[in-house]
Amino acid sequence: MDTSPSPYIPNTESDQQAMLQAIGIASVDQLFADIPAGARNPALRLPVPQSELELRRELEELAEDDLTSLPSFLGGGAYRHFVPAVVRYLVGRGEFATAYTPYQPEISQGTLQGIFEFQGLVCQLLAMDVANAGLYDGASALAEACLMACRLTGRRRIVALDSVSPRLLEVLRTYTQALDIEVATLRALPPSLKNDVACVVLQHPNFYGYLEDAEGAARTAQAAGALLVMSVDPISLGLLRPPGELGADIAVADGSGLGAAVSFGGPSVGLLACRQQYLRQLPGRLVGQTRDLDGRLGYVLTLQTREQHIRREHATSNICTNDSLVALASTIYLAAVGKSGLRQIAELCYHKAHYAAQRIAALPGYKLPLAGTFFKEFPITCPRPPGEVNAALRERGIVGGLDISDLVPNGMLLCVTELHRRAEIDALIAALKAAA
Amino acid sequence: MALIPDSVEATRLLLMERSRPGRRGSTLPALDVPAAPLPEKRFLRRELPLPEVSEGELVRYFTHLSHLNYAVDTGFYPLGSCTMKYNPKWHDEAASLPGFSQLHPRQDALQAQGALRLIWELQQMLGEIAGLPGCSTALAAGAQAELAGMLIARAYHRARGDGGRRRTVLVPDSAHGTNPASAAMAGFQVVTVRSNAHGDMDLEALRSALSPQVAGMMLTMPTTLGLFDAHVQEVCRIVHQAGALVYGDGANLNAILGRARYGDLGFDMVHLNLHKTFSTPHGGGGPGAGVLCVSQELAPLLPAPVVARYEGGSRPLFEAVTPPQSIGRLHGFFGNFGILVRAYCYIRSLGEAGLLQVSANAVLNANYLRVRLRSAYRLAYDRPCMHEAVFSATEQKARGVRALDIAKRLIDYGFYPPTIYFPLIVDEALMIEPTESESKETLDSFIAALLAIDRESKESPATVRDAPRRAPVRRLDETTAARRPVLRWSPAREH
Amino acid sequence: MAKVPSELRYSKEHEWVKLEGATAVMGITDYAQAELGDVVYLNLPPKGTALVQSHKMGEIESVKAVSDLFAPVSGVVAEVNQAAIDSPELVNKDPFGGGWLVKATGIEPGELANLLTAAAYESFLEGLATSGH
Repeated sequence: MDTSPSPYIPNTESDQQAMLQAIGIASVDQLFADIPAGARNPALRLPVPQSELELRRELEELAEDDLTSLPSFLGGGAYRHFVPAVVRYLVGRGEFATAYTPYQPEISQGTLQGIFEFQGLVCQLLAMDVANAGLYDGASALAEACLMACRLTGRRRIVALDSVSPRLLEVLRTYTQALDIEVATLRALPPSLKNDVACVVLQHPNFYGYLEDAEGAARTAQAAGALLVMSVDPISLGLLRPPGELGADIAVADGSGLGAAVSFGGPSVGLLACRQQYLRQLPGRLVGQTRDLDGRLGYVLTLQTREQHIRREHATSNICTNDSLVALASTIYLAAVGKSGLRQIAELCYHKAHYAAQRIAALPGYKLPLAGTFFKEFPITCPRPPGEVNAALRERGIVGGLDISDLVPNGMLLCVTELHRRAEIDALIAALKAAA
Repeated sequence: MALIPDSVEATRLLLMERSRPGRRGSTLPALDVPAAPLPEKRFLRRELPLPEVSEGELVRYFTHLSHLNYAVDTGFYPLGSCTMKYNPKWHDEAASLPGFSQLHPRQDALQAQGALRLIWELQQMLGEIAGLPGCSTALAAGAQAELAGMLIARAYHRARGDGGRRRTVLVPDSAHGTNPASAAMAGFQVVTVRSNAHGDMDLEALRSALSPQVAGMMLTMPTTLGLFDAHVQEVCRIVHQAGALVYGDGANLNAILGRARYGDLGFDMVHLNLHKTFSTPHGGGGPGAGVLCVSQELAPLLPAPVVARYEGGSRPLFEAVTPPQSIGRLHGFFGNFGILVRAYCYIRSLGEAGLLQVSANAVLNANYLRVRLRSAYRLAYDRPCMHEAVFSATEQKARGVRALDIAKRLIDYGFYPPTIYFPLIVDEALMIEPTESESKETLDSFIAALLAIDRESKESPATVRDAPRRAPVRRLDETTAARRPVLRWSPAREH
Repeated sequence: MAKVPSELRYSKEHEWVKLEGATAVMGITDYAQAELGDVVYLNLPPKGTALVQSHKMGEIESVKAVSDLFAPVSGVVAEVNQAAIDSPELVNKDPFGGGWLVKATGIEPGELANLLTAAAYESFLEGLATSGH
């Protein structure tokens, strides 16, 4: 055995000898005798080990190859928002970060009560009755919500508006591909739907940042016995009417804007909430409040018979490990910004995005192709291919918007949030003008 | 009077109960652009029922909540099948480098070469470790990787014109629940195959379960019984002869790191749980990361995206691509990138020699526990184990003390309990996985505790049944929690 | 020892049935409730559902287990026990009385012959005990 010390392994050579003696064998290799000889101990081609200091320098250099220092107007499903330092400080505590799923509730009350708080705040934010402990991200949450709607209605047809993010639809199609479920996309909902539709899927604000007629969709869906599944931007709910008030049966969101770093798109957390009567079909974990033998309040994982470790192939989902620590970050974030802060953040996003949009629309060659009300994102059409415009912006120290020319001719999707200062927006306007 | 506030008492009130109108926990800049007219009223929310607390109150509340948790950072966590090893702190810092944590996933590849290169190198290293060169890291957890693998099995048979009849997946009776659940989400019927008396795959049962209807088999190796099945190559051969694929659940890779590779053993695919083997913190239930490694033949079916490397110019270029016959995307972006960074650091800091030390010490520690405890606790399978030892507390049960009671009593001795009642095929199972990051002194005190509990089961079983007494709360009423679920704070909540 | 009232008929899946005129009342046995532990949830077939003898008619859950319920006789669901749905502990406290599950009409009395008498069910339980279950 190689005995060069690793900082993560405390056994010394004499410890190992003592343990081998207790086991009654001469070498550790004997413990691996069941591995077929021909396949045992392959030579691995891996880089040589590095000390913390060497690796730190290498990683710092690698990270510097990523451009993150410039103002950026990218959105399209992942958003940079302000994260108060208190969020990272608290979720970084080892007692939260290095615990497992709270299977032994007596010594996991911190995690459990944190999840209970999360479930409550998600319900309050979305105006829904019950929320689970979170899924992986907004995309898997939408897919799970649609599978839930299929189980609840016994139907196998999903109707999505084509203003739903192509990325979300792609994940939905991957999740449903083997289950004999059809995913249809429509430009607009017809006045009535056939009664084979399990759910109508709406994104609000939609992929382009615009608000949808969710109440109308809810009426149309429910008249056909279908459910309304809404995917929302949680930050927008500081200002906008929540899905529960708009008639959603199941509401989902990507929670990364609530206190998580954007981190190249993950980890995030998927929010999923529904009306009370659908509780038994919820995927994923749930925490419930109860009391201990002395009558003290406490929290436990509950309604676990829905889950894979009990119901196996009949479970409501295969999810086990979720993104619990990011759910905790969302909880702390919502409490840190609080009632007035979330409203203020949503208003900052709204006003700054509108300021930017108005100024861009006045530039020669640029247009806002869509009518209606938007929140923090909006598409523009450029006088040149957006790739060229973005290259010109980059020259001026700006990361532009998302190239959506596959959806809107010469279209670019811009996202403006509370992080953007007026000077940065003005610089974008000037750079766009110069790039025309 | 206590000098240190009692964390249980300090966390009695929920956020909404601490809320007072007008308090706030953070500050924001004033609007620096002209205000636009707000949307029509029908779009606006009337009230926003979120808490109002100060930053200091928030810190105290969550700090006290954290005190109610047991964690790897606070003590021994021998939770079988979960590989709760120490999580190096610098790896968390690496994931927080602005170039990683502030990187937008839609950023142009040329502006994200550092992150893409890291993913590519991780794909290479994990492919090498698994012995299966195709690799996608864009899966948020092991279960999502299982679903991807099952969708690949489906696509593979369909591409061969054989998808219509291959509608069944075999799963051993010792499997994690995610295996059958994932197979079902990929549209398969699940057929359970029993294990034999040694805890290995029953080859006769396997042969009779195989048919032209079987698309694949899901196999955890080492098994959930903590054993390495010496016939694993034959198992793979038999499954392949029937035209089916072998999917590996790599949850227990820690035991064989650097000592055996799934590809060499005959597996077609395997998922690796980075939050187990590669030491990324579990976060109280995630985020983890599932990585799917597949054979060259199956690589074109991998979920999107995978990162490709192109030569040319002054330096190589890394780009996210969609494999030609990809089953599609399961994650919105690149998977749990922050977790990938940590796993990358772990492998780079250990290298091949370090990984071999990991498996050697993980297996040594487990076998040390096995031989030191077998006089008091019946071994489910009396043979050398891999990374975990599975006991069956049937003798203690006969004395009126169940596995659950032993688990709770361990809390009083200062330890996190092992996994209990899993695998399902072991009566009163106690599944103990020490990992390599624990010292002999820790193992010895844990052994002493379990031996003491065995004595208590004879002398004072009520003490064991009454445990825990030294935890923040005593046993909780799970029955009432399930009968009358209270799943959130609500204004009408009774006290 | 589990109670086995003599006037009922039993299935090997531990359901009981009792005829009240043209109506069949069904539930799970005392043995079954003790094996399950605290019942926390019942998923019963809605009124009007056609039941087929020994086919699945619903589910019963404890905290950590789910068991299928099988119809001991064929018929049409006329009533489900809402009190037991609201308070599943009734199934534990009084499995043969207040903890009944389903009432069905339109039954085929001849099917009762496929079920066990109390004496036969008792010896069936004894067999289970000796085989280690």
